[in-house]
Order: sequence, then structure tokens, then C-alpha cells
Amino acid sequence: MSTGVAEKTQKTIGGIRRKFSPWTDPTAVPLIRYENVTKRFGEFTAVDSLSLDIYEREFFALLGPSGCGKTTLMRMLAGFEEPTEGRITLAGEDLVGTPPYRRPVNMMFQSYALFPHMSVWDNIAFGLRQDRVEKGAVAARVEEMLKLVKLESFAKRKPHQLSGGQRQRVALARSLAKRPKVLLLDEPLGALDKKLREETQFELMDIQMELGMTFLIVTHDQEEAMTVADRIAVMNHGKLVQVAPPAEIYEQPNCRYVADFVGDVNILDARVESVDAGGLTLRAEAAPDMPMRISQGGEAKPGDSVSLAVRPEKLRVDLEPPADASLNCLSGTIWDIGYLGDLSIYHVELPNGVRVKAAKPNLTRMVERPITWDDKVYVSFTPDAGVVLTR
Amino acid sequence: MDRKLSWFNVTSLVLGFAFLYLPIVLLVIYSFNASRLVTVWAGFSTHWYGELLRNEQLLDAAWVTLRVAFITACVATVLGTMAAITLTRYGRFYGRTLFSGMIYAPLVMPDVITGLSLLLLFVAVNFDRGFWTITLAHITFTMCFVCVVVQSRLVTFDRSLEEAALDLGCPPLKTFFVVTLPIILPAVVSGWMLAFTLSLDDLVIASFTTGPGATTLPMRIYSQVRLGVTPEINAVCTILIGIVTVVVIGASIITKRQEVERQKAERLAAAG
Repeated sequence: MSTGVAEKTQKTIGGIRRKFSPWTDPTAVPLIRYENVTKRFGEFTAVDSLSLDIYEREFFALLGPSGCGKTTLMRMLAGFEEPTEGRITLAGEDLVGTPPYRRPVNMMFQSYALFPHMSVWDNIAFGLRQDRVEKGAVAARVEEMLKLVKLESFAKRKPHQLSGGQRQRVALARSLAKRPKVLLLDEPLGALDKKLREETQFELMDIQMELGMTFLIVTHDQEEAMTVADRIAVMNHGKLVQVAPPAEIYEQPNCRYVADFVGDVNILDARVESVDAGGLTLRAEAAPDMPMRISQGGEAKPGDSVSLAVRPEKLRVDLEPPADASLNCLSGTIWDIGYLGDLSIYHVELPNGVRVKAAKPNLTRMVERPITWDDKVYVSFTPDAGVVLTR
Repeated sequence: MDRKLSWFNVTSLVLGFAFLYLPIVLLVIYSFNASRLVTVWAGFSTHWYGELLRNEQLLDAAWVTLRVAFITACVATVLGTMAAITLTRYGRFYGRTLFSGMIYAPLVMPDVITGLSLLLLFVAVNFDRGFWTITLAHITFTMCFVCVVVQSRLVTFDRSLEEAALDLGCPPLKTFFVVTLPIILPAVVSGWMLAFTLSLDDLVIASFTTGPGATTLPMRIYSQVRLGVTPEINAVCTILIGIVTVVVIGASIITKRQEVERQKAERLAAAG
């Protein structure tokens, strides 16, 4: 209980996550280990000397743009690609050289890859039959899987007689039927429409909790990764850029790339003026007359050129200057407004032409004096709203 | 859809079909001719069909042809499918361009050259010419047709289906038989039919590679025609046309029905 009290008093990053963090426990043994894994296709290096630990029961997301090596990393675990260098172990066992049909992992394919000539029932039973599971046990497991994905009445249908969402469920049931140690999901929801995708994300989380399995998901959709994953690895050019829980990735990105890739962000070039116990003072190139105070600065030293990253929703936009306008306050004019219903995004042009984005929730239906085009506004933020990025 | 056909369209359609089918229609009509003379109409009769059944030589030739065609189609289908898989699957292996070029060469090679070169080979290795040399020669030249048909199907084949089977614990060879083959089966079957019909009507290569005792139907017909066309030949040809027509129509009905069923199923899925 003592830790709970400590958490209450101490400021934490982001919202509440379920209490599960084996990666912070130095005695925990990872289930999957990538050790200095490199994969080259001819001249092209898809994965570059990468090391990564994934723990049991973790929902782990590989996030990155296409061509960043995330799919290759997953396919090496499934056995469809062999690493050029390095080792991949699963529960302590070296997997390199083991063909895909002898690995205790199963994959859900982006295209679903349902066997078109087999019924839903036969598709789900396929993996169990390969293991020569006795008939009664196969039937029991298939029924259980059909129930899990709520497709009991579709057992006799062929894949082409199903809707996209139903196919996706069959693919999930098929890959779960053998109770693999790790389930690999390759862009599993890419083909679904937005509403269905959101529903399915929560279902995936429920299923993962219920079965207590380790899920590794590959996605380029940052919202999807944020929703489902315990930890996210952001990848670029075959390397891991940051591996952290979603809230940390969002609120404490370790470089410009992550800040920019995950969510929306304003990045201002700045120079560090001074560093003290309470944080650091910056001068942004966009507003040389206004000192900026940031409470966290990492390892930045006075004189360093850094980037100041502030998320749009952490910027305040007001028509009147804020109470303390001597710090972290920029003035500009409204250049454009994006009305999204729940939010309005204000694009504010600073005197020297730099534009920043500020998001403001539309909390009430009517406003006395709405902010409109060409208004002179004040954009301000608190010292803990921004992050200083040195990379 | 209710665009009217112009006179030009109608004329070209009629001319085109007449060009294609008039000779065949004439042949079919004259096979029911009562007269001994091919070109003189003397009333309707099925006399020549009866005569045909008593013609041992023709029946023998037909039997040889059917056996050659059947064995050819089966072997060529296996070999052609294997070649197609190698060409589509194993990326850019050393000598791939040469290999695929060599697979396609017999498609454009004049029959006379194929036949002559095979004859020279059989003579050189001292192979007794007859039934088996014809079969071997037919396998050689029909296999590339099978390869082309199967290859075009494999190009659009979703590899992740095979990966899914492997992933679920199915070894590669079994994966081929339980996943790949059932899915590409329509292409393999049409490859088989193509090889069968090509072998059935080949005259040139068979003439080069045959030996005593092995005469195929086209060879028999050709040699009889040289002595003068009898209505009997017309009857044989009509039967052949009948067989081919039935097979082709049958095959297209099967494909059509599958297509209709698939569309119905998809409508069902969209509705529910």
C-alpha cells in the first residue's frame, strides 16, 4: 500500500494505467528477447542491431511508419525471416533456425489469410488438427473460440460469406486456437472502418486479459497503439527510438521524431539560457523577447540548441493577456481555425511568421465572444506543459 | 445495355462467325449425307456413323489417341505445375531468366522443328519409336502451356495463405497439398484440359515421333484423306467436335455456376 500513497502525492506522467510493469522489475525474466538482431535484404538494412525485451502477459506494440522494420521484426519471431545477425529467444530457447511450423507463436495476418476453401469451423480447427489433437478436444476448443469471438452461428460459412469484421474475428480465433505463447498481430484492424476498429481494440484488450497471453502488435496507427498496448516501441530506420508505456511516449518523448510521430505537437527551436534546480530557461527563436521556463530539461546544458515541444491541448488561447504575461506567453493573430466539434484547433501566427497550433475543447454550446479569424490572442503554457528535446 | 447494334456491327458479326463456323457446319451436315460422294447431297442418313463403328483401324487410332492424350495431360500437368511454382516462388535464383525463357520457347517453336529434333533425339538414344515416343513428345510440348496457365494463377496467389498454414504448424509439403493446390485447382484443371486437347489434335509432332503400330486419329484421318475424303471421316470429325463442345460447355457451366454461387453468398454476407 505504501507505493499507492507515494503515487498519490507524487506527480505522475499521464493518466491511470492498470498496474502491470514487469519492465521496471530488474528480477523479471523477459519472455521474448531480441539480442543485437540485424536483418539485411541485400543492401537494405531492415533491422539494425536491435535489442528488445518483451515480458509475459504484456501487450506490446511496434509502432512506426511503413518501411521502418517493424513487420520484419515480427516476421523474424514468427520464423518467416531469419535474422542476418543476432539471436532471438523465446522463454530462454533460441529460435533461430527453427522453422515457422515448429514455433510456439501464432500470427494474425493483415490480410487475415483465411483459407477460402474451408468453412469458418475448419479454419479455426486447422492448427489443432496439425498437432493431431484428438477430435473431441478440437471440437471443444473450436466451440470455445467461436464463442469468444461471438461467431457461433457462422461456423458453417465460408470466408467469402462473411463481412470484413467477421473475417477479422475468424482470423483472430484461428490464431488463438492453439493457445500460442505469443500472439503476433500484423496491422490486425487496418481493414476495418473507424467505429468498428475502436470497438475491436477494446475487445482485443479484453481477450488478451482473459487468456493471459502475450500479444505483440504491429501498427502504424498511433491511436491504436496507445489504446491497446502496455508498452510501445517507436521504430525508425530499423532502430528502436523509444520504448515506453503510452503515456510516457506521449508526455515524455525522448526526441523530436517521437514527439512528432505520436500525436500533434508544436516544436520551437530554442537555446538554453540557464539551468537550475527548478528547471531551465530558454529563448525560442520564434519569440526572442519572451523567456521560457520549463520544469524538466533532461541533460540540456546552458548554450545548447534544443527543441521545445508543447502539445496543442496544453497551450491556452485567450483574447486577454494571462495574469502572468512575463513568462511562457506568446502573442499572435489567429491565422486559421479548425472546428472538429469536440475541439477547435487554433492556428496562431506569431509576429515573425512561425505558426503554432492550440487545441481548445468546446465545453459550452454558446460563447459570448468566440475567438475568430485575425483576432489578436495570447498563447500561454505552464512550465510543466513543455518538454525540452535535445535530439 | 440497350444500345442498338448498327448495321456495321451486325454485318461484321455475321461475317466473322460465318468465317469461323461455316466450314464446321458444312462438315457436320455432310456427315449425315447418304451419298458416297462427299460433295453431292443425296438425303439424310446415319449410315456412315454405323460404318465408322465397324472400322477397326479408325477405332484403334482413336483408342491410341485417347491414351496418349490422357497420359500426356496428367504428366504435363504435374511437370508444368512444378515449373510454374519454381518460376513464381523462388525469386531471382541463378539462371531464372534462362530457365523461364526455355519454358516458353516451345510455345513459339514451329511443330516441325520440335518434331524433327525429338525424332533425332529418339534415334540418337536408340529409343524404339511408337506409343511412348509420341507420349513423351506430347508431354514436352504441352507442359509449357500448363506452366503458363498455372503461373498466371500463382502470380495473384496470396502468399500469406501459405504462411498462415506454416504458422499454424503445417509442414511445407502438406501446406502445398491442403492449401495451395485446392486454391489453384481450377487453373491446374484447365491446364490439364488444354494439354489433353493439344495432344488430341496434334498431327505434325506425332507423325515425326511415331513408329510402327502407333497411329493416332489425326494421322489416320490425314492418311485416309489423301486417298479421298469419305463421309466416314466427316462422321469422325463430327464426333470429335461433339466431344470438344460438350467438354468446353460443361467446363464453362461449372465455372459460371461457381461464380453465381459466390455472388449469392457475398450478397448474403453483405445483408447479414
